[in-house]
Amino acid sequence: MSINYIYPEFEVVRNPNRCICCRVCERQCANEVHRFDADGKVMLSDESKCVNCQRCVSLCPTRALKIIKSDCVLRENANWQNQTIKEIYKQAESGGVLLSSMGNPNPLPVYFDKILINASQVTNPSIDPLREPMETKVFLGKKPNKIERDKDGNFINNLPPQIELSMPVMFSAMSYGSISYNAHKSLALAAQKLGILYNTGEGGLHEDFYVYGDNTIVQVASGRFGVHENYLQAGKAIEIKMGQGAKPGIGGHLPGTKIVGDVSKTRMIPEGSDAISPAPHHDIYSIEDLRQLVYSLKEATAYKKPVIVKVAAVHNIAAIASGIARSGADVIAIDGFRGGTGAAPTRVRDNVGIPIELALAAVDKRLRDEGIRNNVSLVVGGSIRSAADVVKSIALGADACYIATAALLALGCHLCRTCQTGKCNWGIATQNPELVKRLNPEIGSQRLINLMTAWKHEIKEMMGGMGINSIETLRGNRLMLRGIGLNEKELEILGISHAGQ
Amino acid sequence: MKKEGEIRIPSGCAISAVISKDGNKMTGEKIIESMIPMHDRSNGLGGGFAGYGIYPDHKNEYALHIFFNDKYRIEDCERIIKDSFEIVKKEIIPTRKIPEITDEPIIMRYFVSPLFSLLRSLQLDEKEFVVRIVMKINTEVDGAYVFSSGKNMGAFKAVGFPEDVGRFYKLDEYEGYSWTAHGRYPTNTPGWWGGAHPFGLLDYTIVHNGEISSYDANRRFIEMFGYKCTLQTDTEVITYIADYLIRRQGLSLTETASVIAAPFWTTIENKPEKEREKLKYLRTMFSSLLITGPFSIILGFDGGLMALNDRLKLRSMVVGEYNDKVFIASEEAAIRKMEINAKNIYAPQGGEPIIVKVKEGKF
Repeated sequence: MSINYIYPEFEVVRNPNRCICCRVCERQCANEVHRFDADGKVMLSDESKCVNCQRCVSLCPTRALKIIKSDCVLRENANWQNQTIKEIYKQAESGGVLLSSMGNPNPLPVYFDKILINASQVTNPSIDPLREPMETKVFLGKKPNKIERDKDGNFINNLPPQIELSMPVMFSAMSYGSISYNAHKSLALAAQKLGILYNTGEGGLHEDFYVYGDNTIVQVASGRFGVHENYLQAGKAIEIKMGQGAKPGIGGHLPGTKIVGDVSKTRMIPEGSDAISPAPHHDIYSIEDLRQLVYSLKEATAYKKPVIVKVAAVHNIAAIASGIARSGADVIAIDGFRGGTGAAPTRVRDNVGIPIELALAAVDKRLRDEGIRNNVSLVVGGSIRSAADVVKSIALGADACYIATAALLALGCHLCRTCQTGKCNWGIATQNPELVKRLNPEIGSQRLINLMTAWKHEIKEMMGGMGINSIETLRGNRLMLRGIGLNEKELEILGISHAGQ
Repeated sequence: MKKEGEIRIPSGCAISAVISKDGNKMTGEKIIESMIPMHDRSNGLGGGFAGYGIYPDHKNEYALHIFFNDKYRIEDCERIIKDSFEIVKKEIIPTRKIPEITDEPIIMRYFVSPLFSLLRSLQLDEKEFVVRIVMKINTEVDGAYVFSSGKNMGAFKAVGFPEDVGRFYKLDEYEGYSWTAHGRYPTNTPGWWGGAHPFGLLDYTIVHNGEISSYDANRRFIEMFGYKCTLQTDTEVITYIADYLIRRQGLSLTETASVIAAPFWTTIENKPEKEREKLKYLRTMFSSLLITGPFSIILGFDGGLMALNDRLKLRSMVVGEYNDKVFIASEEAAIRKMEINAKNIYAPQGGEPIIVKVKEGKF
């Protein structure tokens, strides 16, 4: 056996005075960290397997457990950091591409945290959302440039199909396969009760979930998994996935071990076969090809479904968005470089793409400069972490936000970032039936509803503070934002002034 | 200190208006007096008036009122005017020297007709053409500012208290069927004449009291359609919105009110089907032109007035009548000053438009 160069990242600390050897931790850990030593009548741990998902910690009835970061570290080196060195050991061992899950964890600037929100004082009144109406409803979709009337002077409704949302937040794409049946059901149930939409991702739509069609966005991605006529008809809107913030420029790979049972059926591929989504759509090598797919999907659904085009935020995103806005798409979804994923090459996740705040500001400005902002609605994600991020996004120019990581956190995810192993102890990113059943969709959906309800209250509070009582007058209202600690160029791109100006 | 237009300046205000439904002419005297009891609603940093029907001898020409910082700007500006218009008459707007109003710019007025051949070659309708030239002067000629551009009407404004501004411009010597007035209480400005109200484009003028919270959302939307918000004031953006909705989209005044002070969704849901569909359509189509935050505005236009409050009624505004006249003001005192016997005084609901038009053929 070769030498193991890597000391475990975490330590499992068990308080022997509290441990009652009930073996809950052992049963709960799919990574097999805990085991019972019958001879010594003690619980033992193999911390090398621990991913710090906190499942055992949360379920330990006597709070005997905690997981801490190991203090066994390599000699400090600002250039060759611990993580870097360990990754080299791993690659020297395996010869493979490093894989990671969820969003980029590196300490790159989070512009949302450097933007502050305005409030009314004296010259105009703030509005109390508990006493006055406060509107958060939005309609996503193309708005025509001119009204039309019939011969009696009544308006002809020339609006293309719109997506109505009770609040400007939707659940972003996560495929059935990358996440579990119960996770999908939680999202669908919550979306329905909240009056918002969730997104199938690229894994098709399980037949049980067609009933939630009015609250579903069905995705068409480069692998075309699970795409057929009824699927397209089933949703409220169709999303063409061109890219994903966590891994711009590359495709997807769901390992054959997760293509089991209903996942295989829903994706329409054989059990056990890897589901590989190509990096590009092989029928889209340029913008004119995108236009053809947009209209193919519209033809297939009789122009009744808005088409969303989702792209990753990359360097020339403004020009790309301008092209999409002229492609017939109704909505552009932009995914920032902090967006999550079920699995992505670490180097890509951590080094490719740009922050959503900058991408959004650039796109909204570009579309306005070209006079085509009304052609499309803008949805942004990757990563929206709170109601404040939503408010800032809308004020920068978004129509709505996509959330996924925040939604998974509500379902119990502890951001251990090992989705790719398929051993999610919280029943979310797994297809193991024993693990899946740990997530109760009724409880899960209620937690999602709670989260969104809380955010809605917070959004209303902040709107009221600004003297705004309807979300549409916050959209693109950049005067309501100020930067803090940003340089001139950053402020210019964001289109905001510095605090104090 | 930054000048108006370089920085956004919030301000509180007083507004007042009178119109004769029979088209009877009134001098500017009464409207000036109406501002006296509301003196404390202004702070001397801006006042102004708009009169309709005041240029009967030139009613077919556009009256451009222009401020020039100095005489050298006149040449630059006139070059643009001459390229686009026939100048029928050009004169200095007569003013009265009074101690309350100082540091005035050069104030000129031009009665002009667009060059027909140019209109044809540009394939523009006349009003759109005028709008473009006004925007061109205001954005390209530094030190020249067109502050009134309609036919048979004019705006008059200055830095000062409104009652002084009225005397300064000798408004007692003009006669119109409709007048609006404004006194300004800006919170932070060195005072610039162009920044006073009313704000006008073509025959639309706006006097406004309030500080809208939707400003930048409205501005960034309306600028997509060729408007340039050079002053960064609420009034300017509201004027452009009115022009866009009424002239370019062809909405009626009531429909325009349903866009800028749109009913709440809960109100819309409870309307009869036809009305509901209409309101939903308007609100969805023009969602970025909803105005939130406090405002009371009086929109003046050829042959009428529309008064409107924000949908929560966060600013005072009352309406009264007497014989053929309708009065609108921030305070009842202003109405009483114009007509002591005014009747049916009431405060319109938030979002309820008050539209008064002069009888057909009477103006």
